[in-house]
Amino acid sequence: MATHAAAGHHADHHDDHDHKPQGFWNRWVFTTNHKDIGTLYLVFAFIMFCIGGAMSGVIRAELMKPGLQLVEPYFFNQMTTVHALVMIFGGVMPAFVGLGNWMIPLQIGAPDMALPRMNNWSFWIMPFAFTVLLLTLFLPGGAPAGGWTLYPPLSLQGGSSVAFAIFAIHMMGISSIMGAINIIATILNMRAPGMDLLKMPLFVWTWLITAFLLIAVMPVLAGAVTMLLTDKFFHTSFFNAAGGGDPVMFQHIFWFFGHPEVYIMILPAFGVVSEIIPTFSRKPLFGYQAMVYATASIAFLSFIVWAHHMFTVGMPLGGELFFMYATMMIAVPTGVKVFNWVSTMWKGSMSFETPMLWAVGFVILFTIGGFSGLMLAIVPADFQYHDTYFVVAHFHYVLVTGALFSIIAAVYYWWPKWTGKMYSEKWGKFHFWWTIVFVNLLFFPQHFLGLAGMPRRIPDYNVAFADWNFVSSIGAFGMLCTPVFMFLILWHSKKHGPAATQQVWEGAHGLEWTVPSPAPHHTFTEPPVIRAQDLAHGDPTH
Amino acid sequence: MKSLATTRTGRAVSAALLALAVNISCAASTLPARWQLNMTPGVTETARNAYTAHMIVLWVCVVIGIIVFGAMAFAMFKFRKSKGAVAAQWSHNTKAEVIWTVIPILILVACAYPATGMLIKQADTSNAALTVKITGYQWKWRYEYLDYEGKPTGVNFMSKLDADSDKTRQLKSGLDPHAVKVGSEATYLLNVDKPLVLPTNAKIRFVVTADDVIHSWWVPALGWKTDAIPDIINDAWTLIEQPGTYRGQCAELCGQDHGFMPIVVEAKPKAEFDQWLAAQQAAAAPAAATAAPAPAAPQG
Repeated sequence: MATHAAAGHHADHHDDHDHKPQGFWNRWVFTTNHKDIGTLYLVFAFIMFCIGGAMSGVIRAELMKPGLQLVEPYFFNQMTTVHALVMIFGGVMPAFVGLGNWMIPLQIGAPDMALPRMNNWSFWIMPFAFTVLLLTLFLPGGAPAGGWTLYPPLSLQGGSSVAFAIFAIHMMGISSIMGAINIIATILNMRAPGMDLLKMPLFVWTWLITAFLLIAVMPVLAGAVTMLLTDKFFHTSFFNAAGGGDPVMFQHIFWFFGHPEVYIMILPAFGVVSEIIPTFSRKPLFGYQAMVYATASIAFLSFIVWAHHMFTVGMPLGGELFFMYATMMIAVPTGVKVFNWVSTMWKGSMSFETPMLWAVGFVILFTIGGFSGLMLAIVPADFQYHDTYFVVAHFHYVLVTGALFSIIAAVYYWWPKWTGKMYSEKWGKFHFWWTIVFVNLLFFPQHFLGLAGMPRRIPDYNVAFADWNFVSSIGAFGMLCTPVFMFLILWHSKKHGPAATQQVWEGAHGLEWTVPSPAPHHTFTEPPVIRAQDLAHGDPTH
Repeated sequence: MKSLATTRTGRAVSAALLALAVNISCAASTLPARWQLNMTPGVTETARNAYTAHMIVLWVCVVIGIIVFGAMAFAMFKFRKSKGAVAAQWSHNTKAEVIWTVIPILILVACAYPATGMLIKQADTSNAALTVKITGYQWKWRYEYLDYEGKPTGVNFMSKLDADSDKTRQLKSGLDPHAVKVGSEATYLLNVDKPLVLPTNAKIRFVVTADDVIHSWWVPALGWKTDAIPDIINDAWTLIEQPGTYRGQCAELCGQDHGFMPIVVEAKPKAEFDQWLAAQQAAAAPAAATAAPAPAAPQG
């Protein structure tokens, strides 16, 4: 299969001779190299996952038994709020930007991102933004405690942390917008000759669409939080009814950002899974074009469903019906994707290396999250589900077993390309099965808790909820071990792993597999010649 | 839900779930049950509608899940490289793709239809016998009986977490939450000093608002929740079919004691309710005479 060597003059190079900048500052701080910046993003996201995970550890420890044993309710609220902000803006989003940085130029045959200096800046804003956000934990009055959704008037009751959190959100938004501009500019301008749009790998497609979503909605979030800021510190009344404003308007604006944000966190995951399943099924992706159109449909629909987060605010009947129907429609393109993944596996020749296990886990568990999403769309039932643990279970299925599983799958899948080293399959599989057991112990019982009537965001509960909460907390403690496993597996691979081949996986197709492993510091300095057999989707009639 | 259980296994599982649900409601307790798995059908038409809608979509999801995950499991078992499977190279089938786009649309329409009817019904708050104004405060509720059978009542009071729960819920109180009981029921964090008393079999309209931040008024047995938003008035209605004590909680994060502002509804037959209301009015009258407009009597 790997009889070609597209980047022939690189083939005999090793990672020591490829003109990396020397010294920590030059290599990492001033870097404009898409691979190094991708690595920075991924390392940053890993640290944030650990910090956000530690906060969820506090939450689940307090909720393990009825009664308050560990923390005051106000601190509990700070934990839920900051956990969400850290996981969404510091974990999932930067991880996908990191994967995009690494893989998009490699997958489209570009030498680097289109705007390398801006790339550096959009990364290096992030550590400062999160330092500001996390430092609010040490302010008098503590961190924001009004929920990550920042609903006024509650969010405005916080002290100076409000200003810091809003400043941090502005910085994250600037970073995301610059990252998105860079990705769009790269994909639209830097493709190697012959890499037509409909020959691009799905990961590139999903990132292109995601980047447009980011540019569309991050300014909306910035506007919403700026209005919060002026309401709090400059006596405006955007969200204050007594001054002629409307607290519900904040929710509309926030969710106009917030719902596309949900898809910002899942579309690249669809892309990753659409790369991995064909590779390990040794069969082309089923319905490539349908996948692209489904992604675009989901992106479009994401702009017209925002108020399904607000079915209980007292919307008029017509509004409730519209948002119910629009939300239910999202099930159609999402269903197409799931059916296509299953069809890709059908009559394949499958093997189950670690990335494939995570991808299959993704398809099953993300679909369960999709099912509960469909249930939440049904307004009469949502009057019961809304703001209960059922919702908590739902969005953790789509974000943890959805987005995060795909990130882990992507790391195992491309790690040999990045480092030139294989990891231990045995321990990779152990990591997977351990996670499958504990993640379901953690989140599945939360469906039951919500249906039985336990509201979300409460630090203590009636004794009837104690049993499932205990099970859920056991699951959480199991999950807290997983970053340690992953770190050790990857560290061991980096130090002692056997060398990876150029193609790494038998069934892998795509330009990234035509460069040596590890990928040299500079790739495709001359555009590669695109040949149909190198691509996963080389045949445009499919 | 019975009409949906078309397969034999479906019928068995749904019967089991129904038994569980009935078991819970027959226990004359509206407290959540230990190890409870499912929503309960509640004591109003709205709650039954929510339950029916929930069960319809749940079964739709279960059936689709069995088909999709079954196909996946079969593929993963059968088409393995280790079993010598050779990969086909097709990647397209228009007929299949049209089918699995159209069928889900039909299923969704079938789910949306009953839900629409339920919503239209729930939106009609007219012709209520009793109107109660609910105001959310950090961290308690005020109930004002605005008018009953066309007459203003003048009854209003605050309702907040009961003293037992409040003592127990303090950080490291050392008290056992299981020991907080009303009769044999463990009511920790689900009991108040003064419940909202309502008549059964009468349409009750609620106007819901808040004084400080957003709260949400939710009693699962009634089948809905409505946000209580400062300076905005939402309305909702209920018609409770069985006398009993129904417990709920604030459902919108409202600050540090969000978890500690429960709701208790005591539904009484009309005669008992009339008696109760008259007693409240009598008690309020002398108090109103001595201290004219002091609406927030703390005892409630």
